[in-house]
Amino acid sequence: MTANIDNPRAPYVRKKITRSNFEMWGWLFMRGSGVILVVLIFGHLFVNLMVGEGVNRIDFAFVGGKWASPFWQMWDLLMLWLAMIHGTNGVRTIINDYAEKHVTRAILKIGLYSAFILTVVLGTLVIFTFDPCPANAPADLLPSFC
Amino acid sequence: MTATLDKDTDTETQAGAIPSFEVTIKVRRFIPENSDEPYWEQHTLTMYGTDRVLDALHKIKWETDGTLTFRRSCAHGICGSDAIRINGRNRLACKTLLKDLNPDKGPIIVEPIKGLPVVKDLIVDMEPFFASYREIMPFLITSGNQPSKERIQSAEQRERFDDTTKCILCAACTSSCPVFWTDGQYFGPAAIVNAHRFIFDSRDEGATQRLEILNDKEGVWRCRTTFNCTEACPRGIEVTKAIQEVKRAMIRRAF
Ligand code: HEM
Ligand code: FES
Repeated sequence: MTANIDNPRAPYVRKKITRSNFEMWGWLFMRGSGVILVVLIFGHLFVNLMVGEGVNRIDFAFVGGKWASPFWQMWDLLMLWLAMIHGTNGVRTIINDYAEKHVTRAILKIGLYSAFILTVVLGTLVIFTFDPCPANAPADLLPSFC
Repeated sequence: MTATLDKDTDTETQAGAIPSFEVTIKVRRFIPENSDEPYWEQHTLTMYGTDRVLDALHKIKWETDGTLTFRRSCAHGICGSDAIRINGRNRLACKTLLKDLNPDKGPIIVEPIKGLPVVKDLIVDMEPFFASYREIMPFLITSGNQPSKERIQSAEQRERFDDTTKCILCAACTSSCPVFWTDGQYFGPAAIVNAHRFIFDSRDEGATQRLEILNDKEGVWRCRTTFNCTEACPRGIEVTKAIQEVKRAMIRRAF
């Protein structure tokens, strides 16, 4: 009977050479988007929670009014995309850090990217197709310009 | 009379004698011929204030249990053979004094360094570590005719990479890195430190190639700046800083 023994002198080899600028751009993006997100997120929080009567103002009319303005549409769109790409790339890094098996990595990443696509598509759709003045709605719930 | 930690000795300690004390060493043993399971083994020894973890390991091996297996060569922090995990931190056994490890507060835990396959007891297979080291081409790369005398370098130019020349390839940094623990394909801090040593050497012309090699999914961008490597380095190299300098050189090159 012969046992199968690995060649004890076999040199260790890198499984695959994966040279590219991808991880460098990812690294730079985390920093760049982080700086922009500070402005976007704190601007968002300030306008929604602090200005005027603050959080008590938030209702359908408030949101409808904001998304009738191209300025807030772009603000929220940028915040959505940057935060989602930033957060997804961050979680991708964490998966790479913690998942040891290729299968685990693959499954977690499929889940992550699915959640990313769903959220970004739905969010973008809502920002651009939101109707601030739906027909037959009680007038006191709608923005003033309806 | 000198104060000793050895309270219950009847004999008067001579003036100038080295204080002795009891230490318990808890070693993680792994003997593949006997079992696939590693296990813990405790030894209580009388050691002296001048003794290092390496001396305790020697005492166990020479006086109690000759099967205890570990690597060491110079015993003076030069050869880089005896990096081990002591109380959860990577240290050279030959540079760590027992008295600095609070031997009165429970056993001193001694394990092989993490992330590399254990061959036996405290000996790990260093081949993956050296393979990454070889990949970054740790030798001078030049072009053109050789100068008739030395390759001239100013003191400032030499200073630029002085820190990373100190590496003794003990693997304490790479095997302290949590990214390396889960992803053995990561080049690891030591390979990057040794690339840094040539990338920033004014006499060397291989910087572009080395940056290319480390601009890999398993290269410098894998570093999460946890600073474990800097903390572990027995030569006091600012490992994390060196890695960030290599990242910066890559970004400079891309723009
Ligand atoms: C407020 C502004 C923000 C700044 C300045 C910022 C900055 C950063 C930076 C620089 C990193 C990279 C860390 C590294 O490479 O080790 C990072 C990672 C990460 N960010 Fe953000 N970020 C911000 C907002 C967000 C938001 C809104 C999310 C969620 C959608 C998020 C989720 C993450 C995740 C999951 C990681 C990976 C965690 C890690 O690397 O340890 N961040 N962030
Ligand atoms: S035995 Fe040489 S470095 Fe410790």
